[in-house]
Amino acid sequence: MAARDFFKDTKREKRYFRTRIYIVGLLVLLCILVLALRLFYLQVKSHDYYATLSHENRMKVVPIPPTRGLVYDRNLNLLAANRPSYQIRVTPVDVEDIEQVITRLGQLIDLEEHHLKKFYGDLKRKQAFESIPLKVNLSEEEVARFSVNRHRFPGVEIIAHASRHYPMTGVNAHALGYVGRINADEMQKLDRKDYSGTTYIGKVGVEKFYEETLHGTVGYQHIEINAQGRRLRILESIPPVPGKDIVLSLDSQLQEVALQALGERRGSVVAIEPATGEILVFVSAPTYDPNLFVNGIGNKQYAGLRDDPDQPLFNRALSGLYPPGSTIKPMVALAGLHYGVTRAKDTIWAGPYFQLPGNTRKYRDWKKEGHGSVDMLKAITQSSDVYFYTLAHKLGIDRMAEFLAQFNFGRQTGLDTWGEVKGILPSQEWKRSAHGQPWYPGETVITGIGQGYMSATPLQLALATSVLATRGKGVQPKFLRAIQLSQEEQSVNQTSVARSVGVTDESHWDQIVEAMTDSVHKPNGTAYSVGKNASYTIAGKTGTAQVFSLQKDGEYLEYNEEDIDEKLRDHALFIAFAPAEKPEIAIAVVVENGGSGGVAAAPIAKAVMDHYLLEDEYAHQDSS
Amino acid sequence: MATFSAGTNRQEKPLLNLDPVLMGSLVLLSGAGLAVLYSAANNNLDIVIRQFTHIAIGFMVLVLLAQIPSKQLFKWSPWLYLGGLIVLIMVLVVGYSGKGAQRWLDLGLIRFQPSELMKIFLPMMVAWYLSDKHAPPSLRHIVVALLMIAIPAWLIFIQPDLGTALLVLSLGFFVVFLAGITWRLLAVSGGLLLASVPVFWFYLHDYQQQRIITLLNPESDPLGAGYHIIQSKIALGSGGLYGKGWLNGTQSQLDFLPERSTDFVFAVFGEEFGFLGAILLLFIYGFVVMRGLSIASYAEDTYSRLLAGSLSLSFFVYFVVNIGMVSGLLPIVGIPLPLISYGGTSIVTILAAFGILMSIHSSQNLFTS
Repeated sequence: MAARDFFKDTKREKRYFRTRIYIVGLLVLLCILVLALRLFYLQVKSHDYYATLSHENRMKVVPIPPTRGLVYDRNLNLLAANRPSYQIRVTPVDVEDIEQVITRLGQLIDLEEHHLKKFYGDLKRKQAFESIPLKVNLSEEEVARFSVNRHRFPGVEIIAHASRHYPMTGVNAHALGYVGRINADEMQKLDRKDYSGTTYIGKVGVEKFYEETLHGTVGYQHIEINAQGRRLRILESIPPVPGKDIVLSLDSQLQEVALQALGERRGSVVAIEPATGEILVFVSAPTYDPNLFVNGIGNKQYAGLRDDPDQPLFNRALSGLYPPGSTIKPMVALAGLHYGVTRAKDTIWAGPYFQLPGNTRKYRDWKKEGHGSVDMLKAITQSSDVYFYTLAHKLGIDRMAEFLAQFNFGRQTGLDTWGEVKGILPSQEWKRSAHGQPWYPGETVITGIGQGYMSATPLQLALATSVLATRGKGVQPKFLRAIQLSQEEQSVNQTSVARSVGVTDESHWDQIVEAMTDSVHKPNGTAYSVGKNASYTIAGKTGTAQVFSLQKDGEYLEYNEEDIDEKLRDHALFIAFAPAEKPEIAIAVVVENGGSGGVAAAPIAKAVMDHYLLEDEYAHQDSS
Repeated sequence: MATFSAGTNRQEKPLLNLDPVLMGSLVLLSGAGLAVLYSAANNNLDIVIRQFTHIAIGFMVLVLLAQIPSKQLFKWSPWLYLGGLIVLIMVLVVGYSGKGAQRWLDLGLIRFQPSELMKIFLPMMVAWYLSDKHAPPSLRHIVVALLMIAIPAWLIFIQPDLGTALLVLSLGFFVVFLAGITWRLLAVSGGLLLASVPVFWFYLHDYQQQRIITLLNPESDPLGAGYHIIQSKIALGSGGLYGKGWLNGTQSQLDFLPERSTDFVFAVFGEEFGFLGAILLLFIYGFVVMRGLSIASYAEDTYSRLLAGSLSLSFFVYFVVNIGMVSGLLPIVGIPLPLISYGGTSIVTILAAFGILMSIHSSQNLFTS
C-alpha cells in the first residue's frame, strides 16, 4: 500500500484543494453567522417576549390517559370493565421526615421490601415536588385505614386510576385475552405521544387485536404551577377521547355451560353461528384468571400456571392441534360423491381390515369384526373405517387435500385474534417440502379417517362444521359483533362470505346431512346416546383420535383403554350442527385423552346446544 | 487570521505532537461543558464526575492517536474500514438472534457503538481511496467512493439509527467534495438525491414515518417534540444579553426543559450565560473548525488533507445542527452538542478525531523540512 504514490502531489491539486477549503470555510462562517443572528433575534430582540413567557412559564402539560373501551358479550354482559384502583403517593417537598412518615404509614398499609426499594430509588431520581408512588393496588381496607388518618400525613395522598377488570374471571380468558403493563419492547413500537399517560396495553386475544379501537386518544391538561413547581390551577384541558366499547359475538352463558360440561377435563369447545360466522363459544380448558396479569403477575403465581401439567395458559381452541379423526368422514364422503368416485347407495364389504392391493399390511377397523355390507349412509352413521380406507384410496391424497382445503383445513381461518395456528392438510407436495420424502399410498388410507399427518385446531373443526351446515357457504369467523361509535350509533360488523365449497349437486349435501343426522338419532349411530332424547334434530359426527399409535408392524393393535396411561389415551371429538334443517349453531368439541367421541365429547356439545336452542332467550331473537 | 493558520515554519516538533492552540480550545470547551452539566443536572455531582471520566478517556485517546504518523493511518485505513464493516454486520447478525444486539453494545468497560467507529474509519477509507486519483476524480472513482459511503450508511440505517446514518453519509460526502468533485456532477447528484427521497421514505417503518412527520411539524405535538422546542426557545430568549447567571436558569432548574443535559444542553447554556456567552461559545466552535481546516490546507499529502478537512467539518456539522435544532431552525434529530452534551461515546469519538488532526498537523512539519 505504501508503495502507492503517498507523496504524490501537484501544485494543481493543492490549488484545487485550497479553493475547496476556502469555499467550505466561507460556508462555515455563513452558518455561524446565521446561528448568531438567530440567537440575536431570540435573546436580544425577542428577549422581553420570552422573559415574560419564562416568568409566566408556570405551565405544565400533563397527559390524561383515555379510558379503555369496554368489552361486552352478545347479550351485553360486561366481559372487560374498568374499575378504580388506588395507589398511595408521597410528595417529598411536603413531607418533613420521609423515613419517619414511611414507618408510620407502614402501620396502616402493608409495605413490603420491594415497595420501599422502588420508592427510595424513585426518590433519588425525581424532583422534590413530583409525587412518587409508594404502593399501587391498595386494598379497600388499606384505603379506608388511610382515609381516617389522612390528616396525620401531609404530602401523602391516595389517587384513584382505572384498572382493567374481568368480572367473569376465567370464563372468557382464551377469547378475550388480557391487558398488562406496557413493556419496553412495546414502547418501541407505540405512538409514544398517544400512550404517554397509558399504563396498560392489550397483550393477547381480543384485547390485543382491537387495541387501537379500545385504547382511545390521549388528552392534555395545561396546569399552572408556581416557582417551586407546585400545582396552582388548570388553565386548559383537552379531554381524552375514550376508547370505543366493543360487542363480541361470544355468549358468556354458553361459555360457562361449555366449561361446566368439560369439568375437570382438558379440551376445547368452539361454536359458530353458521349464517354469520359469529363465534358463540370459544373455550379452552382448563382456563386461568386474566385479572392476575393486569397489574403484573407474581413470579410464583406465574410459575404455577406455566408449570401446571394441564397447561391452562395454552389456548387449545386456537393453537391446539389434534388429528380430526373420524369427524373428517362426512367431508371425505362428500368428496367421493363430488368427484364421482362412489355413489351414496354403492355398498362395499367392510370386514375387520383393509389391505392395499399387493400389500399385506392390515388397516384395521375400530370394530373388531367389521361392519359387514355398508353403503355411505351406514358408513358415516356407524363410522366404518374400512369404508373410508377404501374411499380414500380411490380418491387419492391430492384430490382429498384439494377438497378438504375448501373447508379451510391447513390454513388460518383469519379469526380476529392473535396466535392462530394453521394445522396440517397433507398432500404429496406438502410432504415433499415439509419432510423431503415421497408420499406413500398407506398414508392416503389413514388420512381417510383423519389420522396420520393431518391435524386441525378446534376452531378449524368448528368452521368446517359451519361450512357443512351452510352447505358450502363458508363465512368469515369473527369475534367482533359491533363497535359502539357513540351512545346511539353502532358500527355492526358485516358478514362476509369468505369461501365456499364447489359442490353444486344439492342431493350430495342432502345425503351427507342425512347420514350425520342418522349418526345422532338412529340407534346404531355412534352418537345415539345424545340423540335419543333430543327435542331437535342434530347432525353430527363423532371422532376418536389416536394420540399414541399402538402400532406393531404397521397394524393397529387392539388394546384396552383402561390399561394405558391417561395422557396416552385417545382424544374424543365431536362435531355437530343443529337444528339439522335450519342450522343455528355449529360446534366442535375436543376432549383431550377423553376416549370415545360419542361418550366423552358429544354430551358436551349437546349441553351447549340445549342451552343455546332451548334456554337462551336472547340468542333466538338474534338468530336469523 | 494568524491564530488559526496552521502553516508555521517551526522546525521542532510540538510537545507530544499536540497543537497547543487546538488543545487549549478543546480543554476550554470541555471545562465549560462540565460547568453547564452541573447546572443542568440540578447540582448533581454524579453526572459531572461521570462526564469527567468520559472526557479524560477521550483526551487519552487523543494523545495516543496524535503519536501515530498519518502515514501509518494511511496504511491502516482500508483494514480499519473493513473491520468496521464486519463489526457493523456482526451487530446486525447477532441482533437478529434476539437480545444479542444489546450485549454487543455493552461489551467491555465503556458502552461500545460500532457505528461510532465509522465516523472516523469511513472518512479515512474514502480519503485513502481518492488520495491517488487525479483531481477532480473521474465519475467512476466517485461512484466507487459513494459505494464505500453507502454500504456502512445503509448498515447503520437498518440498525435502525437514522441520525448516525445521515452523519456518516455527510462525512463521506465531505471527502468527495474536498477531493474535487466537479460542480456539474454535484448538481446532478444533488438532484438524484432529492429524487430518491420518496424511495427512501417507502423503506421506513410506519412509526418512523410518523416520527419524521412530527419532526417537520413540531407544533402538532404539544407533548413531544413541540414541547421541547417551545421550552428551549423560552430558555434561550429569557436568557437575554447577559444571561440569568450560572445555576440560575429557571427553565432548566424548574424542570421545564427536557433532555437538558444531553441534546438540549445549549438551551441551558444560553439561558444562564445569555447572548454574549452563546456568541463566545459559537466563536470557540468556529475557531476550532477553522483551525482544523487550516491544518487540512497546509497538510502535505492528499490523504491527510482530505481526512483533516472532513474530520473538521464533522465537528462543524455537530455544533451547527445541534444549535440550529435547539434554537428552532432545524428539525429535532439526536445530535449532541460536541464536548458539552452528556454522553460517553460521542465525546471519545470527537476527541479521537482531533487526535488524528494533531497527528496530521505535526507530520506536516516533518515533511516540509
